[in-house]
Amino acid sequence: METILLFAPLVGSLICGFGHKFIGERAAMAVSTGMLFLSALLSWAIFLTFNGHDEVIPLFRWVESGTLSTDWAIRIDRLTAVMLVVINTVSALVHLYSWGYMKNDPQWKEGESYNPRFFAYLSFFTFAMLMLVTSDNLLQMFFGWEGVGVASYLLIGFYYRKPTAGAAAMKAFIVNRVGDFGFALGIFGLFYLTDSINFSEVLDPHNAKELSQQTIHFLNWDMNALEVITMLLFIGAMGKSAQLFLHTWLPDAMEGPTPVSALIHAATMVTAGVFMVCRLSPLLEYAEFTPNFIIFIGATTAFFAATIGLVQNDIKRVIAYSTCSQLGYMFVAAGVGAYGVAMFHLFTHAFFKAMLFLGAGSVITAMHHEQDMRNYGNLRKKIPLTFAAMMIGTLAITGVGIPLTSIGFAGFLSKDAIIESAFAGGDGVARYAFWMLVFAAAMTSFYSWRLIFMTFYGKERGDPHTHEHAHESPWTMTVPLAVLALGATFSGVIWYGDFFGHHYQEWFGASIYENHDTNHVIHDAHGVASWVKVSPFIAMVLGFLLAYIMYILKPTAPAALAKQQRFLYAFLLNKWYFDELYDLIFVKPAKALGTFLWKKGDGTVIDGTINGIAMGIIPWITRLAGRAQSGYVYHYAFAIFIGLVAIIAWFAIGGSAH
Amino acid sequence: MENLLSIITFLPMLGAAILIVFLRGNDDYAQRNAKILALVTTAATFVISAVALIAEFDPSNTDFQLVEKREWLAGLTYKMGVDGISVLFVMLTTFLMPIVIGACWTVTTRVKEYMVLFLILESLMIAVFCSLDLVLFYVVFEAGLIPMFLIVGIWGGKDRVYASFKFFLYTLLGSVLMLVAMIVMWMEAGTTDIPTLLNHEFSFSNMSVLGISITGGLQTLLFLAFFASFAVKMPMWPVHTWLPDAHVQAPTAGSVVLASILLKMGGYGFLRFSLPMFPVGTEVMATFVMTLSVIAIIYTSLVALVQKDMKKLIAYSSVAHMGFVTMGIFALNKQGLDGAIYQMISHGFIAGALFLAVGVIYERMHTREIDAYGGLVIRMPAYALVFMFFTMANVGLPGTSGFVGEFLTLVGAFKANTWIAFGATSGVILSAAYALWLYRRVVFGDMIKESLKTITDLDAREYMMIVPLVIMTILLGVYPALVLDIIGPSVDALLENVTSAQAAAHAALAQN
Repeated sequence: METILLFAPLVGSLICGFGHKFIGERAAMAVSTGMLFLSALLSWAIFLTFNGHDEVIPLFRWVESGTLSTDWAIRIDRLTAVMLVVINTVSALVHLYSWGYMKNDPQWKEGESYNPRFFAYLSFFTFAMLMLVTSDNLLQMFFGWEGVGVASYLLIGFYYRKPTAGAAAMKAFIVNRVGDFGFALGIFGLFYLTDSINFSEVLDPHNAKELSQQTIHFLNWDMNALEVITMLLFIGAMGKSAQLFLHTWLPDAMEGPTPVSALIHAATMVTAGVFMVCRLSPLLEYAEFTPNFIIFIGATTAFFAATIGLVQNDIKRVIAYSTCSQLGYMFVAAGVGAYGVAMFHLFTHAFFKAMLFLGAGSVITAMHHEQDMRNYGNLRKKIPLTFAAMMIGTLAITGVGIPLTSIGFAGFLSKDAIIESAFAGGDGVARYAFWMLVFAAAMTSFYSWRLIFMTFYGKERGDPHTHEHAHESPWTMTVPLAVLALGATFSGVIWYGDFFGHHYQEWFGASIYENHDTNHVIHDAHGVASWVKVSPFIAMVLGFLLAYIMYILKPTAPAALAKQQRFLYAFLLNKWYFDELYDLIFVKPAKALGTFLWKKGDGTVIDGTINGIAMGIIPWITRLAGRAQSGYVYHYAFAIFIGLVAIIAWFAIGGSAH
Repeated sequence: MENLLSIITFLPMLGAAILIVFLRGNDDYAQRNAKILALVTTAATFVISAVALIAEFDPSNTDFQLVEKREWLAGLTYKMGVDGISVLFVMLTTFLMPIVIGACWTVTTRVKEYMVLFLILESLMIAVFCSLDLVLFYVVFEAGLIPMFLIVGIWGGKDRVYASFKFFLYTLLGSVLMLVAMIVMWMEAGTTDIPTLLNHEFSFSNMSVLGISITGGLQTLLFLAFFASFAVKMPMWPVHTWLPDAHVQAPTAGSVVLASILLKMGGYGFLRFSLPMFPVGTEVMATFVMTLSVIAIIYTSLVALVQKDMKKLIAYSSVAHMGFVTMGIFALNKQGLDGAIYQMISHGFIAGALFLAVGVIYERMHTREIDAYGGLVIRMPAYALVFMFFTMANVGLPGTSGFVGEFLTLVGAFKANTWIAFGATSGVILSAAYALWLYRRVVFGDMIKESLKTITDLDAREYMMIVPLVIMTILLGVYPALVLDIIGPSVDALLENVTSAQAAAHAALAQN
C-alpha cells in the first residue's frame, strides 16, 4: 500500500507528461489527477489506522561506499503519516482545481498544449515531496529536498515566455541551493562523526547525547559537534522554508500559476523545513545554541514578513508573506521544543493557506487575471462561493475562536498553542519570540482583513468592464475550496487533543523525541496565565478593528498614512530592500569577479605566462602552423599513425601466433 | 579468449585500416559507407567489451585480469590487462564511441579521414586504460594527442589552428616531464612492468636539490613529474586554459570525445601511477592538490558565470567538475576515491550530452553565441526537456549520476579537511547559477529572434544519440551499485596499499 501511495504520482506524472500524445490531453490529465486521489485516499487510510508502530520498508540499495550505506526506503511513522495526509490531500485537490483554473489560460497562444506539462510537473512534485517525507536517511531526504526544488523551479518558470517568471524560477533554485549548501555540509559532518546517515542511528538519543559532548574541528575552530551539525542542517531548513535572509525567493515564486502557489509555496514544500526540524528532534533536544537560534529566526521572520504583508497590493504576494510569517510561527514552536505543536500548525495551516491561495486564484480568474487588489472591490455578491471560502480562510488564519476554550477555527487552536508554548519556553529568546508572535498576530489579522475588505467590500475599482464580467468559478474549482473549508474549520478542533492534548506523546510515538530532563514545554504551555492565552485573541481583534476602520469606515486613511510615513511605507513596500542589498553584495560582485578572473586571470596571467615561455619556440610553431594549413602536417601525422597501427597490430596479433 | 583485450583495443583500428585500404572516392555514397562502417565497428567494439565485462571480468578479484603479455621491440613488452579501476573507463569509451560517430553524421568534408581518425583514437584511448607497461602506456597516451590535434585542427572552427597548437603544446610539455620520470623509474626499478612497479618501493628519504630540501625525496619528484602531465590532461587550475579554447574550436564529436574520455586520462593516471607508486609523494602533495582543486571549482565556476559562448561555458564547467575528481582522489579515503571514479564516469555521460546538445543547435543556427538564442522551448520542447535534464544532472541533482560522484567526493573531502569541503560545497551554488542562467537565456523567454522561427526539434538521429545517455544518467543516479560494486574492491585494495605503504614509510622515517 505504501509503495503504491509513493509511486502512483510518479506513474501519473510520466504517463501524463510523455503519454498525452497517445492517449489525449484530457485522458492524460485524468490519469494524473486520478493517481493523486488514489494516493490521497491511501494516505488517509494510513493516517487514521496508524497504530503507533513505526515501519520501514526498504526498496533497494542506493549509494554505498565503505561504511556509508544508504537504501531507498519508505519510513512510516506518525510524522510521516501527518505529512502524507497534508501533501496528498492538498495535491489531489489542486490537481482537480487546475482543470478549471488552467483552462483557457491567456498566457498561451491558440492551439498550444500546456496542460499535460502542468499536470505532469504537479504530480512529479508530489512524488518528490513524498520521497522527502518517507525517507529513512538524510540522503533520500536530500533527494526529495532537491527534487521538490526542481519541480518548484519548473512550475515557477511555467509561463516561460515571461522574463519575470524565468528570473523568479532561477532565483528560487539558487537561493534554495544556498540552504542546501548547509544541509549538505550537515550530512557530511554527521557522517564524519557518527559514520552513518541513517535515521535509525543518527536519531538515536544516546547518539545525540554523545555528539553533544564531542567537539569537531570545523574550519579553523573547535566547536561543539552537535551545535555545528544542527546549525548546518537548519540552514537547509531556512532555505526551503523561506526564513529570514533566505526568504527572498518566496514572494517572487508567485510568478507561477496560482495552484502551484497553493500546493508548493503554501501547504507542502515550504513546510519541509519544519518537518525536517521536527524529524531531527533527538538532535535538537541535546543542543542548546541551535534551538535558540531557530526560535530567534522563526520569531523574527514571523514579525518581519508580517510587516511587509501590511502594504502589498498584489493579492498573491500578501498571502505569500503571510505564509512566510506563519512558517516563522512553526519554527518558534519547534525551537522551544514543542514539536507536536509545530506539526499541528503545519497541518492546519496547509488547509487554510491552500484555501486562501485557491480562493485568490478564483478571484483572479473572475477578474480576468488581474492580481492587483487596488482594482478589486465589492466582489462578494458576484462570486459568493469564493467569498465564503475566503472568509473561512481568514477566520482560520487570524485565529477566531472562543477564548480559553478549545473551540474555534483551525488557526485559533494551532496558533494560540504556539504562542502559549513560546511563553512557556521561558525567559530569554523565547520571551522575545512570544512578543514578536503576538505582534505578528495583530498584523496577520490586519493584512488578512485588509485583503478581504479591499477585494470583497467597498466600491468597484479598476476596469468596469472586468467587473461587469466577473463570474463564479466552475465546480472543479469550488469543490476543492469547499473541502478545504471543512479542513480550515474543523481540523483544529478534531485533532487538537492528538497534537497538543495530554496524550500527544503516545500519539506521536517514537517519531518525536523529548528529553524530559529539560523539556516540559507542552505541559507548561497548558498552564500559562490567562492573559497569555487571550493575548493573541486581543491582538487579532485589534488588527481586525484597525483594518475595518482603515478600509471600510475611512477608505482615504491608508493613502494618507502612506504619504505621512513615506519612508516607512517605501521600506515595507520594497520588502526591507533585501533584493537590492543581495544584488549589491552577492550578484554583482560574483559577476565582476568572474569577468576579472576570466580576462585577467586566465587571459593575462596564465596565458600570458605560458605564451611568454613559449616565445622561444614561436618561430617553430608558426612554421608548423603554416604547414598544417597546407596539409603537410596532416600527411606527416597520418604516416605516423599508419606506422603505429602496423607495429602494434603486428606484435599483438603476430605475437599470439607463438 | 586469451587476447580479448587486444581484440577490443584493435578492432577500431582494423576498421580504420579497412577504410584506408578499401574505400575509394568522395561522393555521397562513399561518405555514407565510411560512416556506416565506423558505426558498425564502434558498435561491435561496444558489444564485445560489454560481453567481456559481464562474462570474463570478476569484480571481487582485485588483480589485473584478462592479462596479455608479449615480447615487443628491443626488449620492450606489450602487456595489457584491466582491474576494477580501469575496466569501466574502457566501457565508457566503447559505449560513447558509437554516439560520437553518430554526432559526425552531418560532416561532409574529408569524411573518410574523419572516421579513420576517430577509430584510431578509440583504439588508443582503450589502450591507455589497458596498458600494463610503462612504455606502451606512454606511447598510446601521447599518440592519442595526434588524432585529437588533427580533429580540432582540420575540422574545427575558424581559430582552430591556434586552439589545436595550444592544446598540443600544453599537453606535450606536461608529458616530457613524465617521460623523464619514467626513465628514472626504469633505472631505479629495472623494469617497465606496471604490476611490478606497483609493488616497488621508490626511495622516500629526504633529499636536497639545488640546496632545497625535498620531503619525500625521489617519490615527491617523480610524483611532481607525473603530476605535470596529468594535471594538464585533467585539466587542473591553473593549466586549464587550453580546454575552453580547444572545446570552442573542436567540432561537436571532437568535443564529446575530449570532455567525456580524454579528460579522464589524467584522473586515471593519478589512480594508476601517482597514488600506488608514490604513496609518500602523494601524502606530501595531497593538501596542495586538494587546494588547487577547490580553487578550480570556485574559480572556473565564477568564470563560467560570465561566458558568452555556450561551449566555453560548458568547458569551464567541466574544469570545475574535474576539480571534484582531483579533490576526491587526494582526500585519500574510500568515499573520495569511489566518488572520484564515479564522477569521472558520470561526467562522461553528462558533459558528452551537453556538448551534443550544443551541437544540435549549432548545426541549425551556426552560432554558439548565447545571446543569439532565446525561447527555444517554444519550437523545440523535446530539446528543452533534454537540455533541462542534463543541466540538472550537471548541477548534481540527486537521482542523476552527477549527484553520486559529487556527494561522495565531498564526503571524502570533509573527512580530510573541512575547509576544502566547505569551499567545494559552495561550488554547488555557483554551478546552479551558471547552468540555470545559461538555460534561461537559451531556452526560456519568448521567441523574438526572426532567425529562430523555423528551427526544428530533435530528429531521430539525435534522439538515438541522446536517449542512451539519459538512460545511463538516471540508472547510475538511482542504482549506483552498478558502478560501485565493480570499482569497490579495487579501490579498497588501492587504498590499503597506499595507507600501508605510508604507514611503513612513517615507521622507517621515525627509526632514522
